[in-house]
Amino acid sequence: MSLLSVQNLTLSIHSFDILHDVSFNIDAGEIVAITGESGSGKSMTALAAMQLLPQGARTTGRIMLGEDDITTWDEPALCGLRGNDIGMVFQEPMTALNPVKTIGDQVAETILVHERTTKAQAHKRAAETLERVGLPNDRFPLSRFPHELSGGQRQRVVIAMAIALRPRLLIADEPTTALDVTTQAQILALLVRLAREDGMGLMMITHDLAVVAAMADRIIVMRKGEVVEQGATVQLLHDMQHPYTKMLFAASAHEVTLPDTNATAPLLEVKGVCRDYRTPRKTVFGKPGKFRAVNNLSFSLNRGERLGLVGESGCGKSTLTRALLGLEAVSEGTITLRGEPVFTGTKPNLAVRRHMQVVFQDPYGSFNPRHRVARQITEPFYLLDTPPTGAARQQAIDDALIAVGLTPADADKYIHEFSGGQRQRIAIARALIIRPDLIIFDEAVSALDVSVRAQILDLLAELCASHNLSYLFISHDLSVVRTITDRVLVMKSGEIVEQGKTEEIFTNPQHPYTKSLIDAAPVLPDLKGLTA
Amino acid sequence: MLMLRYTLKRLLSLVISLAVASVVIFTVIEVAPGDPASFMLGMNAQPETLAALRTELGLDTSKPERYFSWVAGMLSGDFGTSYTYRTPVADMVQQRMWVSLPLALYALTLSTLIAFPAGIYAASRRGRAGDVGVMGATQLGVAIPNFWFAMMLVLLFSIKLRWFAAGGFVGWDKGLFAGLHSLTLPAIALALPQAAILARVMRSALLDVLGEDFMRTARAKGLTARQALWRHGLRNAMIPVLTIIGLQFSFLLAGGIIIEQVFYLPGLGRLIFQSISARDLIVVESVTMLLVFAVIFVNFTVDLAYAAVDPRLRARA
Repeated sequence: MSLLSVQNLTLSIHSFDILHDVSFNIDAGEIVAITGESGSGKSMTALAAMQLLPQGARTTGRIMLGEDDITTWDEPALCGLRGNDIGMVFQEPMTALNPVKTIGDQVAETILVHERTTKAQAHKRAAETLERVGLPNDRFPLSRFPHELSGGQRQRVVIAMAIALRPRLLIADEPTTALDVTTQAQILALLVRLAREDGMGLMMITHDLAVVAAMADRIIVMRKGEVVEQGATVQLLHDMQHPYTKMLFAASAHEVTLPDTNATAPLLEVKGVCRDYRTPRKTVFGKPGKFRAVNNLSFSLNRGERLGLVGESGCGKSTLTRALLGLEAVSEGTITLRGEPVFTGTKPNLAVRRHMQVVFQDPYGSFNPRHRVARQITEPFYLLDTPPTGAARQQAIDDALIAVGLTPADADKYIHEFSGGQRQRIAIARALIIRPDLIIFDEAVSALDVSVRAQILDLLAELCASHNLSYLFISHDLSVVRTITDRVLVMKSGEIVEQGKTEEIFTNPQHPYTKSLIDAAPVLPDLKGLTA
Repeated sequence: MLMLRYTLKRLLSLVISLAVASVVIFTVIEVAPGDPASFMLGMNAQPETLAALRTELGLDTSKPERYFSWVAGMLSGDFGTSYTYRTPVADMVQQRMWVSLPLALYALTLSTLIAFPAGIYAASRRGRAGDVGVMGATQLGVAIPNFWFAMMLVLLFSIKLRWFAAGGFVGWDKGLFAGLHSLTLPAIALALPQAAILARVMRSALLDVLGEDFMRTARAKGLTARQALWRHGLRNAMIPVLTIIGLQFSFLLAGGIIIEQVFYLPGLGRLIFQSISARDLIVVESVTMLLVFAVIFVNFTVDLAYAAVDPRLRARA
C-alpha cells in the first residue's frame, strides 16, 4: 500500500477548474517530483495533500494517506495531521518564517502543537532538529531571529520545522527556486538525506527538470491541471511519450544560435570601479562603517559582443548594474560608454544613456499598470532631445512591437492583458525603441517558464543581429548564460574572479569559485547515455 | 544589549526633538514681529501698564537670555505666572493635567478595548456578515462627530436614565470610583470615533499579515486558523496599530477640547482655549511646550514598543 495515494482528484476554486482527474502514488521512502510550468497545478496538488486549499475550493476524488481518506476529515483532525504526519517546505525562505519569533520558538512550536511536552523539552528537541538540518547550536543558537540568517539557513529552519516530528510525508514546494546554485545543491542534498534516513516520502514540486532528473525516483509531469505523464525517472526520460514532456525537456536544454560577431571596438569600459555603502554606526557618535559592494572592477564590452555576468546573490551584480546605468555615482573609477562617462555630476549623462537600455527580471513589477503599452514603451524617448512625434512616433512603436513578435494593435492594451512572456517582450520593445547600442539584461529570463524562456532567448539571438546590439547578460542561471553569451565574467564578493570565452570557462574553469558554481548547477542528463 | 542601544538612541532623538521644539515655540511666540506685551494688553493699554508688563515678562532682557531663563524655569518646574489669573502656570497645568491625562488614558483604554476585538473579529470573518457589520459600524463611528455622540450620551444616560451627571468633574478627592464615574461619558464620547479608526487599522493590518507566507507555514505546522492568528498574526500586525495608538493618545490629551466644553470639564484643552481668548501668552507658551513634550514622549514610548514587538528594529539601531 502506498504512503500517499491521490485518486482522481479534481479541484475547482470558485468555478475555476484547477485540477482535473489527478492520480498518483508516493511510497514510503520514495522521492517523487511533480514538475510542470506555471499554472500546471503542481502547487495546488501539494496544498490539496495538506488540505490547505484557499477559500472556495471544492474537491472530488480521494487523497489516501495510508488507509485514511483525508478529504473526509474535519478541520481539527487535519490540524493533527499537518506538521505531524505531513510536513511542508515552501518556496520563499525569506518570508516563510515569522520575523518576530526566534527560530527556536518556531521549531519548538511544531512539537508543542502536537505533543504534550514541556517547553524546555520541546526546545531541546528543536535544537537537535536544527543540528540535524545543518544548523549547529553553537553557531545558530535557538535565540536567533530569522533576519539574522541567510536564505539558505532560513530554508534549513523551515525544513527543521517540517521534519521535527519525523512526518511520514514531506512536501517541498519549489524549495530551492529562490536560492543560489551552491545553496540549492546543499538544500537538495539535505532533503534527499532526510528522506532516505527517515524513510520519509518526499513530494518535490519544481519547475526545474534538471533538479528533478538528479534526485527523483519518479517524475510526474503536469500541464493545465492534468497529469500528462508519470513514471520512474530514468524510464520516463528515456522513453518520453507525451509531446508536452518532450517539449519541456527540449526547452530546458534549449540552445540558441548566436550570429557571428567581430567585436573588437570597445563600447562599454569599466575601469577600477569601487562602490561603497555606508553601514550603521557602531556607537551613537561613532563613524559610520562602510561596505564595499564592488571592489576595483575592470572590464570592457566590445561593440557587437554578448557578455555574460554570473555570480550569486550579494556578489555586487545589482550594484554594478545601477552604476553602469548611471543611476548611482561610483566611489572610485570610471565607467564610459562610447568614450563618454555614464554619470556626470549628480545625474546620469543623458547623451550616453540614450545608447543604453535595460530589461529587468520581474515582468509584473516593471510596468506601471495604469499606462497603455504605447506609453510604456515610448518612455525612453524622454532621453532624446527631439523625440519623434506623430507618424514617426507611431512607426517607432509599431516597429518595436513587431520586432519582439507582438502586433501594433497591442499598443493600446494595458499590461495586465499580457502573459509573463509577452510582458518581457514588451520590456524588450521598450529597450529597443530608441535603437540603443547596448541592452543590459538583469535576470531578464529568470522568472519565465522554460518554454517561454526558450522563445525569448531565440528572440534575443535574432535581435542582436537585426538591430546591431551588444548585450550585457546578468544572471545566476548558468545554462542561460552559456548559450546566450560569447564571453563571461564570474563575480564574487564584488570582484571578478575569472573571465574569458564562455565555452572555455564552462568546459575548463580555472578559479575554484567558478568550479564550485558549475559543479553545483543541476544539469539535464544526456538522454542518449540513459539506459532504462 | 541591542534593546539598550536602541533605547539610548531614541532617547537622544527625544532630547534633540525637545530642544528644537522649544526654540521653535519660543521664536514663534516671542521673537515674531510685534510686542508680546502690547499684544497681551490690547491696543488701548496704558503706557505704564505696558512698561510694567514688559518688565514682568522680562522683555527688556536679550532674547537668548529670555530663552534660557524660560527653559531653565521649565526644567525646575517654574512655568511662570499667568498674567490673567495671577497664579503660577505650573499649578494651573497640574490641576488640569489631573483631568486631561486620566481622561485621555481612560478614552484610549476604552478605544483599544473596543477596537482590538472588533478588528480581530472582522479580519477573521473577512467578507462575511460579521465583517460587513463591524465595518459598517466603524464607518459610522468615523463619520459622526464626537460632540454629537457626546450629546446623545448625555440625553440617554444623564437625562433619561440618570446614571451619570451631565457634566463637570467631581475631583479625585471624592475617590477613584467617583472620579472615573464622572469621566465615563466624556471618555466614551472621545473613545468611539478613535475606536472606529483603530478597529479599521487593526483589521487591515491583520488582513495583510494573514496573507503572509509565514501564516501558511504556521497552518502547515498544524496550528488552527485561530492559533495562527493569535500566535503569529497579532504581533506582526501591531506596528501600524501602535502608530495609530500613539497618534490618538497625543490627540486625546489636548484635542478633547470640544468634549471638555460639552461636559464642562476643567481640562488642558479648555485652559488653552481660555488662555488664547485672554491673550495670556505665558500660559499658551508653557502649555504648548508641555503638550509638545507629551507628544514627543508618547512617540518615544511607541518607538520602544515597536522594538519590543519587532526584533529587526532593534538590530537596525
